[in-house]
Amino acid sequence: MAEKIFYMDNNATTRVDPAVRQAVMESFDLYGNASSMHSPGRHASAAVEKARGQVAALLGADADEIIFTSGGSESNNTVMDLVISDLFSGSGRKRIITSSIEHPSIVETVEIYREKGFPVTIIGVDSTGKLNMDELRKEAREDVALISIMTANNEIGTIQDIAEITRVAASCGALMHTDAVQAAGRIPLDLHGFGVDFASISGHKFHAPKGIGALFVRKGLHIAPLIRGGHQEGGQRAGTYNTPGIVGIGAAAEIALRLLDEDGKRIALLRDRLRRGIEASIPDVHINGHPVDILPGTLNVSFPGAEGESILLYLDMEGVAVSTGSACATGSLEPSYVLIATGVGAELAHGSIRFSLGRYSTDEDVDFVLSKLPSIILRLREMSTL
Amino acid sequence: MSDSFMNDWVYTDTVKEHFMNPKNILNDPDYQDDGRGMVGSMACGDQMLVVIKVENDRIADCKWKTYGCASAIASTSMMSEMAAGMTLDEAYNLTPQMITDALGGLPQHKFHCSVLGDKALRAAIDDYLERVGRENPFKKQIAKIVCECKGITDQQIEALVKAGTVDTLEQLQQETGLGTVCGKCKTLAEDMVEEFRHIYGRE
Repeated sequence: MAEKIFYMDNNATTRVDPAVRQAVMESFDLYGNASSMHSPGRHASAAVEKARGQVAALLGADADEIIFTSGGSESNNTVMDLVISDLFSGSGRKRIITSSIEHPSIVETVEIYREKGFPVTIIGVDSTGKLNMDELRKEAREDVALISIMTANNEIGTIQDIAEITRVAASCGALMHTDAVQAAGRIPLDLHGFGVDFASISGHKFHAPKGIGALFVRKGLHIAPLIRGGHQEGGQRAGTYNTPGIVGIGAAAEIALRLLDEDGKRIALLRDRLRRGIEASIPDVHINGHPVDILPGTLNVSFPGAEGESILLYLDMEGVAVSTGSACATGSLEPSYVLIATGVGAELAHGSIRFSLGRYSTDEDVDFVLSKLPSIILRLREMSTL
Repeated sequence: MSDSFMNDWVYTDTVKEHFMNPKNILNDPDYQDDGRGMVGSMACGDQMLVVIKVENDRIADCKWKTYGCASAIASTSMMSEMAAGMTLDEAYNLTPQMITDALGGLPQHKFHCSVLGDKALRAAIDDYLERVGRENPFKKQIAKIVCECKGITDQQIEALVKAGTVDTLEQLQQETGLGTVCGKCKTLAEDMVEEFRHIYGRE
């Protein structure tokens, strides 16, 4: 194994920020149950409420609109399960509208409701991953309960116009959810400005620990819990407050908000240099995603004639950590459904690599990848039946 | 990527050695082969070319190219080493299991999709026998009955899928009558159609 790790998989997860780690470590002393009335409980509760405010600030929301969950998947599942809740009973609204590039925690939950007889409409995307707005406007009718569209895509980084999509949802009276897991902490978010009803985020995408996330529920809405059996979070999510996780996501949110502008610019410059370097040193590459409306750290590239898992593992031998949309990495015969939805074709999807840079990415990381990648691609292409 | 994938496979020394330093890659564009076989497709994520030289009914040389994942590279590399020196009969009966065992194991989901080397090798031997105008004694030898009621073999199914005659179980049933009597073999046959479609790039 390589000695040094050149980590370019920040869309998968991120390293915990040292200041966050410190805050989490200290929070272990706040061992009281945050629901208890005694002083250890009140101390824990104060830490939880402080974190709630920190998360709200990052999202452009109010503290009482934040529910802590175990992460993005739980938040997404909670929202999708609302189609069977009181929120829509008697309204005649059952249809779910979502896109062809959502996270599996949306895709698979929606599929379950489809099987149960709920009407589902999947809106397509163009070659850059942007939602087909004409199709959305056409499908936004009186029977729609919920529209769920991700703010930014995990694989290709494309950012959607959530404010405009929310206006379409409002025009037909549907509730609007956005999976902002990849966007939170990386690009400015203004949930009040967007006007969304629900939003999902996950701490470990912005340097908090794994296992902590949040769900934004717009003021005035009250949701049915996915996890039942307690009065926590106003009865909307049961389970003893995860004080260390909550403190962690709060601290991470505060740091992310402070660094949002500076980090975003620096990371985008690094990413652009990586892209230009790849284009200059490797013939016949295909850049996936949107040229402008894209997460600052995401670069998804297809290398025709070189298979993604092989590229990933040759890079891994050098200490470089990336992801691929190849079928081999999904454990099935199908390559990335996100790339397929953008119409790039199966072969380019099999040969795709996602580089995702983050707060700890450096010029050295980019230089190192650029020093290793061309020979890896050349070698695989020489070995290929192409 | 699943944990089992990372733990069971990637860092076993034999696989890593064959992946990092693949043996017998075909890099001579003027290679004079006696037989040539290609299976899979780039759209499916795995395509494999095997070329052989034959002397005295033995594989004198076996070279290959592949577009595929690491286990495709490692398993074909291993296959090429195993095949060299084998009689045509032995080479024809080389199985994915033998290759996988020699590698020290592959995770289940890798087994079917990436171990195509043996099939490409068989295609190369078929091609050799056809070129020299000899009858192919091996095909029948390894055929297995899938549908007992109608006597349909795996090779018949393979040939129909390869030729593009059959893409679904229903078409296979119409074509051969397979699974139309007791129906016990239908699930197996359906899986085989899907697997052969993958191998022959008919997806």
